[in-house]
Amino acid sequence: MSVKSSDAQEAWEPKILAFCCNWCSYAGADLAGLNRTQQPPNVRIIRVPCSGRVDPQFIMRAFQDGVDGVLVAGCHPGDCHYSTGNFFARRRFLLFQRIFDYIGIDPGRLQNRWISGAEGDKFAATVSKVTEDIRALGPNRKLRDEHE
Amino acid sequence: MKRVGVFVCHCGSNIAAVVDCERVAKEAAKFPGVAFSIDNKYMCSDPGQDLIKKAVEEHHLDRIVVASCTPRMHEPVFRRATENAGINPYLFAMTNIREHVSWIHTDREKATEKAIDLVRMAVAKVLHTVPLEKSSIPITKRALVIGGGIAGMQAALDIADNGNPVVLVEREPTIGGKMPMLDKTFPSLDCSACICTPKMASTDQHPNITIYTHSEVERVDGYIGNFQVTIRQKAKYVDHKICTGCGLCETKCPNKKIPNSFEAGMGNRTAIYKAFPQAVPNKPIIDAANCRKLTKDKCGVCAKVCPTGAIKYDDQDELITIDVGAIVMATGYDLFPWKEAYGEYGYGKYPDVITGLQFERLVNASGPTSGHILRPSDGKEPKTIVFIKCVGSRDDVKGKAYCSRTCCMYTAKHAHQAVDKIEDSHVIVFYMDVRTAGKGYEEFYQRTVEDGVHYVRGRVSKIYQLGDKLIVRGEDTLLGEAVQVNADLVVLATAMVPSAGSGEIAHIVGFSTDKDGFYQEAHPKLRPLETFTAGVFLAGACQGPKDIPDTAAQGSGAAAKASAVLSNRSMETDPLISQVNDAVCAGCGVCVGICPYRAIELKEITQRAGGKTIARRVASINSGLCQGCGACVAACRSGALDLKGFTNQQIMAEVDALCL
Amino acid sequence: MKYAYYPGCSLDSTGIEYQLSTKAVAGTLGVELWEIPEWNCCGASAAHNTDRLLSLALPARNLALAEKEGLDVAVPCAACYSRMKATEKAVRGSEDVREKISEIIEMEYGASNRTLALLDVFTNQAGLEQVASLATKPLQGLKTACYYGCLMVKPPRLAEFDDPEDPQTMDRLMDALGAEAVSWPYKTECCGAGFASSRTDIVLQMSYEVLRLAKTAGAEAVVTACPLCMLNLDMRQKEIEAKNGVAIDLPILYFTELMALAFGHKPAAIGFNKHFVDTTPVVRKVEQGRRAKEVQP
Repeated sequence: MSVKSSDAQEAWEPKILAFCCNWCSYAGADLAGLNRTQQPPNVRIIRVPCSGRVDPQFIMRAFQDGVDGVLVAGCHPGDCHYSTGNFFARRRFLLFQRIFDYIGIDPGRLQNRWISGAEGDKFAATVSKVTEDIRALGPNRKLRDEHE
Repeated sequence: MKRVGVFVCHCGSNIAAVVDCERVAKEAAKFPGVAFSIDNKYMCSDPGQDLIKKAVEEHHLDRIVVASCTPRMHEPVFRRATENAGINPYLFAMTNIREHVSWIHTDREKATEKAIDLVRMAVAKVLHTVPLEKSSIPITKRALVIGGGIAGMQAALDIADNGNPVVLVEREPTIGGKMPMLDKTFPSLDCSACICTPKMASTDQHPNITIYTHSEVERVDGYIGNFQVTIRQKAKYVDHKICTGCGLCETKCPNKKIPNSFEAGMGNRTAIYKAFPQAVPNKPIIDAANCRKLTKDKCGVCAKVCPTGAIKYDDQDELITIDVGAIVMATGYDLFPWKEAYGEYGYGKYPDVITGLQFERLVNASGPTSGHILRPSDGKEPKTIVFIKCVGSRDDVKGKAYCSRTCCMYTAKHAHQAVDKIEDSHVIVFYMDVRTAGKGYEEFYQRTVEDGVHYVRGRVSKIYQLGDKLIVRGEDTLLGEAVQVNADLVVLATAMVPSAGSGEIAHIVGFSTDKDGFYQEAHPKLRPLETFTAGVFLAGACQGPKDIPDTAAQGSGAAAKASAVLSNRSMETDPLISQVNDAVCAGCGVCVGICPYRAIELKEITQRAGGKTIARRVASINSGLCQGCGACVAACRSGALDLKGFTNQQIMAEVDALCL
Repeated sequence: MKYAYYPGCSLDSTGIEYQLSTKAVAGTLGVELWEIPEWNCCGASAAHNTDRLLSLALPARNLALAEKEGLDVAVPCAACYSRMKATEKAVRGSEDVREKISEIIEMEYGASNRTLALLDVFTNQAGLEQVASLATKPLQGLKTACYYGCLMVKPPRLAEFDDPEDPQTMDRLMDALGAEAVSWPYKTECCGAGFASSRTDIVLQMSYEVLRLAKTAGAEAVVTACPLCMLNLDMRQKEIEAKNGVAIDLPILYFTELMALAFGHKPAAIGFNKHFVDTTPVVRKVEQGRRAKEVQP
C-alpha cells in the first residue's frame, strides 16, 4: 500500500496512523488482539510512551506524507500513567481542530480517543468507526506534499 | 554503513496462519539498511534467540528488528538477546504482528501487507537509534517516615530492623496517632493502649530511629535515593534534654480549661501539657496560643516550679535538614466534619450527639469519665443509646461516596460495650448494611446481636432535643415503618477523611491525591504501596480508609519497599528518558512546569561567545526523577529536548516509512 | 421592584387571606406584582406522579409568560414554588428538555428568569432592613414558631435560598418585625398534606406533631408560607384536639399576615378573620406588648 497506488480511486483504501500510549491504548489494542476482535486492516500503530509525547509535527508530517487520517489515543483523563500527559494531548487536539477548520481540512481527519488497557472492545470499535469516518471523507489530497 | 537484521516470528501458527511470514521476511530484505532477514517458528524460544546471535556473527549485524508479539510482553527478552549477541540492547526495535495483525484480521493479503508496513516502520526507527547506557545513581541509606501513628511506627520499626536509619516526623507532640485514643480494638477486645504504647516505646528506644515530634516536613527536594528534606521543629518551650518529665508543671499550670484534642474535646488539659500519660516523648510542651506567659507575659509558674530549669520561653522554631533515600507517607485520617453537613442531626448543637471517637474516650478507663459512660450534657448514665452508621460515608450528597470500612465493626464494638457496661440499657443501631469483611469480624457482629443490641435497617432522618431526651426518628426499611426512639445519647459513626493538611504535604513531597484527597497509589491492585513518584511509599489510612490490622500490614509493606531501595549502594536507571541539547535550549522554562515529576530544573551554564564568557540558563534533566513520558519534548519550543528511545527523528522516520 | 405574580389555585379560595395580606405587604414595600394573565395550574400533587413532561410543561407555560415580560416570578405557595423551580432547573440543565417543553407549550421558554418564593422576595430581595423600618407597629413580644414545611426549603437541589434542615429566613423576618421566633425542631417536617384527602388519619397525626411541638416550644402562633400547611394546621385543629383529647388553641398565620399587621394594616382587611382558629389573641397580645413597651420608657 503506497501513496502512489492509492491515487487510483477504485482501489483506494484509507490509510490511518494511530499514536497509542504504551500504558492504556496500546494495551487496549493488545487486548483486542487477545480477544481476537476483528478490525479493518487500515490502521498502523506507532507506540509512544504517552499521548502527551505526540508532537504536532508528527501529525502534520503524517498528513503531508499522504495519510488519510490520524488517531491519537491515550489513557482516560485522570488515569494517565504519567498523571497529566493526556491533558496536554487533549489541549493540542482542540487546537488542531481549530487549525484544521481554519485551513479548510475536515477536523474529522484527526481523532482523539481515551481507551484504557481494559477496553479491547472499545479499541476495536474505535478502529472500525475511525476507518468508516475517514472512508467517508475520502482520500487526503489537500495536505499531501505532491512534489515528491 | 548500518546493518540491520530482521527476524519475523511465526509464533507457531498464531502469526503464520494469517500472515505470510516468509514474504514479510523477503520484503524486509529489500528495505534500506537491512543486511539480513529471516522468518522463524518461535523467536522467543532459545533456538530463536540463538538465531539472532548467529546471524549477528555471520552477517556483522549492528541493529536488530523482531516482528512478533506485543513489546509489552517480550521486549525485555529480545533486548537481552540483542545484548547477548554483543549489540547495545537499545539498538533494537520490535513490532507487533500478532495482537495487531494476525489475531485481528483474516484477509491474508491485507494482513501480510500490514505486517510489511509495520516491519518497514520498525526498520526505519531502528536505523535512527543510538547506543544507550543505563546510568546509576547513589542511594542515601536513610528513610523518612512522615506520620507517627500505627502505620508510621510499624514502617519505621521494620525499616530500622532491616538495619537502616529512620527519621520519623510527627506533627503532634507525641507519636501514637489515633490508636492510643481508642479503648478496645475489635474483634479481640484487646486494650488498644496496651498494645499501642509498647510499640510507641519500642519506636522511641530503637537505636536506628530518630523521632521529631511537634515537627512538620516543610520542603522535599531531590529524587529516589537522594531526597533532601527540611523539617521544621516547632518551638516546644521546654528543653527536652533537661526535662525529666516529672509533670509538676502540668499540675501547677493555672490555665486548665483547654479542650484536649486527645480526648476528642471531651476533656481538658493545661497550657503546658503532655497529650496523655504514656505520651512519647514523655515530656511536656507549651501550647503557645493558650499560655499566659507567652501571650501576655504574665504567670510564669511553670518556670518557677520546674526543678531542672527546663522551661525555655524564648524557644524558637528550628529547621533541620537531612538526606534520605526513601520516604514513607503515613499521615493517617481525620473524622468527617459532620457538624457542617448534617442539619438533621442538629449541626452539633445537641451536646449528647457525639462521634464514635468521643465515645471511645467516654468508655476508656483513662478517659475523662474514667471509663463510665456518662453523657456530656448532664453527666448522667444514658440508658437508651442510639448508634447511627454511615454518617458522611456512602452519602454522595452530604458526605463521601465511599465506605469507611471500619465503622460497622467499631459500632458493633461500641454497642457491645454499652450493653456490657450499662445495666438495663437499650441499644439501637441504625444501619444501611453491615459489612464485616475481616478475620473474626462477622462472628463478633453476631455476638453483638446476641448481646441484645437492636439492629434497625434504615437511615435516621432527624434528631431533636425534647426535654432531656433526644428524639431520634428514622425508618425501619425491613418493616417499612417509621421508627422513633427517645434516646439519652446518640453516637455517630462518622466517615474517615484524609487528615488535615495531607494534600499540602503530598504537594511538598511531590505526588498526587485521588478525588477524595486520599493518596493516589501507583496501581490500585498491583502497586498499592507505591506512588507515581519513585522512592515514595504509602502506609495506612492516608491511602484510603483502613482498620488497624490492614494499616499495620501496609506499614510493614511500605517498609519492605523502602528497605528494598535502601538495600543497594546505587541503583540503575532506565535510559529511556529526556535529554537536553544545551546548544539549542533557550532556557524558557516551559518544560519545568509541564513535568509531572519535577525532574527538570534550569541550571546555569557558561560558554564562550564572541570572545567573551557568558552565563545562561538551560533546562537540566534529573535522571533519577524523569520517567520518560515525553510531555516536555512535545512542548519544547526550540526543539532542545528529546526523548531517548522515542526521539523526534525516530518517530518521524516511522511516520515516513508508513507512506513510502 | 416588579415581579410576575403566580397566585396558584389556593390564593383565590382557601388561601384568600394569603392573597389579601400579600397584596397589602407588596403595597407597603413598593413591590409591584404583575399577575400572570391566564395562568394555569402548576400541576402540583398530581402531575409529577403521572408524567414528567406534563409536570414540567404546566409550570413552564406560566414561567414562559413571565419570561416574555422579562420578569422573575414570585410564588407564594410552597408546592407551586417547588414545581416551578423543578421546571426552571430541568430546562436550564438540558437543551433537549428545553426544546421538548417549548414545543409542548408552543412558546419559547429558556428559563432566563428566576422563580422566587414569595418569602424570599419579601425578605432577602426586599431587604430586612427596609422591612424593619416599615414595621411601624412591631409585634412586640409575640412568640412564633416558624414553620417552613416540607417544600419551601427542600429538596436542597431545588430550593436554594435557605438551609434545608435549619432554615432562618422566616426567623429573621420575625426578628425584623419585633416578634420572637422560638427554637423548635419541626420547622421543616411535613404536615401530611400529600394525604389531605386520601388518608386524613395520617394528616391528623402528622399535623398534631407539628402543633404539639410548636406549643411545647412556647409558641403563641405558628407562622407558615404554605396554603396546604395552613389548611391542615388551622382547619383541622379542632379535629386534632378532639381526637387527641387536648386543647391546642394555636392560631396559624401566614408570614404575610404578620408583616401586614406590623406594617399597620387593619387585621380584618388582611384576612385575620378568615381563620378557623381564633386569631384575636395574637392581635391582642401584640397590642399589649406594644403598650407595655410604650409605658416602660
